[in-house]
Amino acid sequence: MKYLEAIGKYFIMIWEVFKKPTKWPIMKSLIFKEIDELIYGSMGIIIFISFFIGGVVTIQTALNLNSPLLPKSLIGFATRQSVILEFAPTFTSIIMAGKVGSYITSSIGTMRVTEQIDALEVMGVNSLNYLVFPKIVAMFMYPFAVAISMFVGILGGWIAAVFGGYAPSGEFIEGLQLDFDSFHVTYAFIKTVVFAFVIATLPSYHGFYMKGGALEVGKASTTAFVWTSVVIIILNYLLTQLLLG
Amino acid sequence: MIKVENIHKSFGDTHVLKGISATFEKGKTNLIIGQSGSGKTVFLKCLLGLFEPEEGQICYNGQYYSELSSKERRNLRQEMGMVFQGSALFDSMTVEGNVMFPLDMFTKQSKAEMQDRVDFVLKRVNLIDAHKKYPAEISGGMQKRVAIARAIVMNPKYLFCDEPNSGLDPKTAILIDNLIQEITQEYDITTVINTHDMNSVMEIGEKIIFLKNGHKEWEGTNKEIFKTDNQAVTDFVYSSELFKKVRQMYIEERN
Repeated sequence: MKYLEAIGKYFIMIWEVFKKPTKWPIMKSLIFKEIDELIYGSMGIIIFISFFIGGVVTIQTALNLNSPLLPKSLIGFATRQSVILEFAPTFTSIIMAGKVGSYITSSIGTMRVTEQIDALEVMGVNSLNYLVFPKIVAMFMYPFAVAISMFVGILGGWIAAVFGGYAPSGEFIEGLQLDFDSFHVTYAFIKTVVFAFVIATLPSYHGFYMKGGALEVGKASTTAFVWTSVVIIILNYLLTQLLLG
Repeated sequence: MIKVENIHKSFGDTHVLKGISATFEKGKTNLIIGQSGSGKTVFLKCLLGLFEPEEGQICYNGQYYSELSSKERRNLRQEMGMVFQGSALFDSMTVEGNVMFPLDMFTKQSKAEMQDRVDFVLKRVNLIDAHKKYPAEISGGMQKRVAIARAIVMNPKYLFCDEPNSGLDPKTAILIDNLIQEITQEYDITTVINTHDMNSVMEIGEKIIFLKNGHKEWEGTNKEIFKTDNQAVTDFVYSSELFKKVRQMYIEERN
């Protein structure tokens, strides 16, 4: 019953976010600030993790393809499929749920604790629109980050394959091009957009409706990360079944 | 003027406000006092429109809040200024940004006009060199003054203050009290202050309402509070030895 109530409250919050918009010049500056904070500020960790995970995927694949009958190009093929279909959209989203999600929950939660949200309400500002809407719009830039993650992941795989002596460059690149289905990229970006919305809104919900003091802000951030990850994993399954199944 | 007619407010099974009626006059500092849990904050939040009472009415200059459309309520909110207990300044904005925020949000003034108004109100609250500082870089007393500046920047008709002196040293607390009283008289606004501070009661309590367990127990002025025989009020106001002596001296002086 408690969970049903929370789900209902979450959807009411989403509805409220789009009501009574903030003045466009103010909203524009908030959106740019959030893009800087949520997307640009996360690029370092996304690139770092993508590069090394791409390399690890390649090494693991190469070590498991030890039959001389299997062409080395399969290493490139497996790396591409892993990175595009799962690693870049899903794994990166889980990392973003931790990094961006906890930032969103703690920043909104702190505003709640210090009565800054009440101050907005008293002034007649739609606090949900003011606080959450720019985050949703900023997170629509997230597919660009995932595209970079895909590129860097495959680059990491190529470097690991070539410089680790697992596959020659030509064969790895041949594998990257092998049996390419452009819908897989579309599928990855559809997932990314859905995850972006979840990463922007679920932590906002936990921050906005939190009660208590500084300790509860920390608890809310942890809860937000757990629930955002759970929802991403469930949606990943459902979208995969729906789009590829 | 704000007129409150028999308001009731409950949270679940807890009946917090039990039929409070009061009138808060224009140009006067109206104080709400009472023990913790007496319903002061809920009462103030009802006056602000953050909580809607289940029964009773609140009337702002002849306009009943319950009869207003959501747009009219938003417009009314823009006529209210609020000073929160913890100041509630926006951490990410400078002092100037905080004060300019309501102007930026709700007016069509040019940047220069807004800057002039911000400079004026910051000067009014005696903050001249803090424009570019962030809330974390200024003292508690200065934060309260910024909060007052932000509350009056839109020329409000109503000013609400939730324990404006909490966490301040006695000297700064008196400065804040005097500033609120001066602003109230200067701009002829209806000010309602929720306080625990007995100095404020004595100094600026032009009208005082004492709440007890969600009821209005007593109503009067800072002069009348010395004379009252109401046991609940005297127990609360004169709980410290100092104030007992002050009261004794007042009575002796009159005799």
